[in-house]
Amino acid sequence: MTSPTASTAPGAPGAPTAPTIGTGPLASIRGWVDLYVATMRISIASQIQYRVSNYFYMIGMVTEPVIYLVVWSTVARQQGGEVGGFTPGEFAAYYIVWTLVRNMNIALTPWAWEERVRGGELSGMLLKPVHPIHNDLAGLAGWKAVVIILWLPIAAFLSLIFQPTYSIEPIDVVVFLVAIWGAYVLRSMFLWLLGLVTFWTTRVGPVFDIFFVAELLLSGRLVPLTLMPDWAQQLADVLPFKWTFSFPIEALIGRLPADQLLRGLGMQVLWIAISVSIVAVCWRLAVRRFSAVGG
Amino acid sequence: MTGTGPAPTTAGGRDLLRPLKLFGLFFRIGALNELQYRANLAVQLFQSALALGTGLAVLGLVFGQTTNLGGWTQSELLAVMGVHILMGGVIRTAIQPNMERLMTDVRQGTLDFVLTKPEDAQVMISVREFRIWQAVDVVVGAIVLAIAVAQLQSGIGLGPGLVFAGCLLLGAVMIYCFWLILTTAAFWIVRMDELHELFDGIYQSGRWPVTIYPGWLRISLTYLVPIAFAVTLPAEALTSRLTIETLALAAAFALLLLIVTRWFWRLGLRNYSGASA
Repeated sequence: MTSPTASTAPGAPGAPTAPTIGTGPLASIRGWVDLYVATMRISIASQIQYRVSNYFYMIGMVTEPVIYLVVWSTVARQQGGEVGGFTPGEFAAYYIVWTLVRNMNIALTPWAWEERVRGGELSGMLLKPVHPIHNDLAGLAGWKAVVIILWLPIAAFLSLIFQPTYSIEPIDVVVFLVAIWGAYVLRSMFLWLLGLVTFWTTRVGPVFDIFFVAELLLSGRLVPLTLMPDWAQQLADVLPFKWTFSFPIEALIGRLPADQLLRGLGMQVLWIAISVSIVAVCWRLAVRRFSAVGG
Repeated sequence: MTGTGPAPTTAGGRDLLRPLKLFGLFFRIGALNELQYRANLAVQLFQSALALGTGLAVLGLVFGQTTNLGGWTQSELLAVMGVHILMGGVIRTAIQPNMERLMTDVRQGTLDFVLTKPEDAQVMISVREFRIWQAVDVVVGAIVLAIAVAQLQSGIGLGPGLVFAGCLLLGAVMIYCFWLILTTAAFWIVRMDELHELFDGIYQSGRWPVTIYPGWLRISLTYLVPIAFAVTLPAEALTSRLTIETLALAAAFALLLLIVTRWFWRLGLRNYSGASA
């Protein structure tokens, strides 16, 4: 990691202090880029060592969409080739892109906070002159580079077997490439926020469980949202979940017209702005409650 | 180091009930241990309820669009779900905790303490851990099953009931063998942290009858990971789909797996160097 110099007192996080190398706004941006690139490179180097472990994880991960895909393709075939506007080939496209989106929006699990707080690891994190969220964001972003390389053969295999049908326009690809990073940042913020609950109570399991079930049902992770009842679709519209799953998937497989693509990106920006603000406020409150153990 | 020989009992000769007695003893210790943490029961009840609700919602979504899935009606799939929850409860109560402890013991070298005991090592490592609160899922699964059976028009007699119980037992044995074979690989590979996640992921496929999966996947889910035998087979017994040939095949495969597991376990043990020896 680069060692950015900063003038704030250690242990006083809050608004991130820019790592300044020279002076002026350009140098400040370069400092941030350096910080992210260095953290990502460390993460890539360490993850590439655990290929077997990463593949175990990948196979476990891929089973989930394959199950959904088989079930819904079976239903579609029994209903004369289509259900909820999806043919088996379109389901295949949906769930194969799903595997990429799922990898891309993996963020720090809120369970990690239990260990951080209990083990005193947080004390060390607080000493760094930048907000700890940057380390998490950059570290997991680096891991994604490894995951995508491992993902390519799996995607090829799934495509060969399930024969996806899609019609992709260049604009869809462009929007997708932006949207998966939007999805990653958005989901990271919400999971970080969820992790911060650990500062107030140690019985966090049920809170996390409710969040993940809501996400499963209302994000498009379980089924394309058009298969959900109307009230659930309306609920999904006002919640952040679908912008992290269903939106990038449907953008790439060409199911969204231009205005929907724009609206989706706009919603991602809106929700990121909201969640970043909440994270900023909650982090200040949380750190105040934290009393160091060990460290 | 040898830890696999028959136990030298004081009475002389081999006591076939010994594994069962050990099982009972460790079960009591495990239960006493967990009874200290009663709040965990509430957490477990909550998690089981949430998982059940999700499962029912998914079933509702599917049957909102169709009246049968690959020849299975909604009540029949409810029975599959019941078996899936019940077997999942058995796995998390008795099988998985033991295997995870074995992995840790191999990595840290603390398996020495098991091997020096005058009992069969395979029996010892298989009965040491019990998470009784996880058994909530066994109860939940049984309730779901009862409701499903009540909905099935045919009902179920004593004969098929016994066959069903036998299938459950065979299934549990096969899952145990599968887990132990994989865990035994820890003697060579040492770090297998993701194994549990991998199994959980694959186990989810058992929520649906394996007959709906494409051929290559169905065969993998039958012989590679015996989920078809553990979940679909008992459900077939309940819904009068089970043929005598399938049942015989399941019994033969379970026996084969037991033998292979025993052989592989001994092979692995020979490869174990211990922490301090």
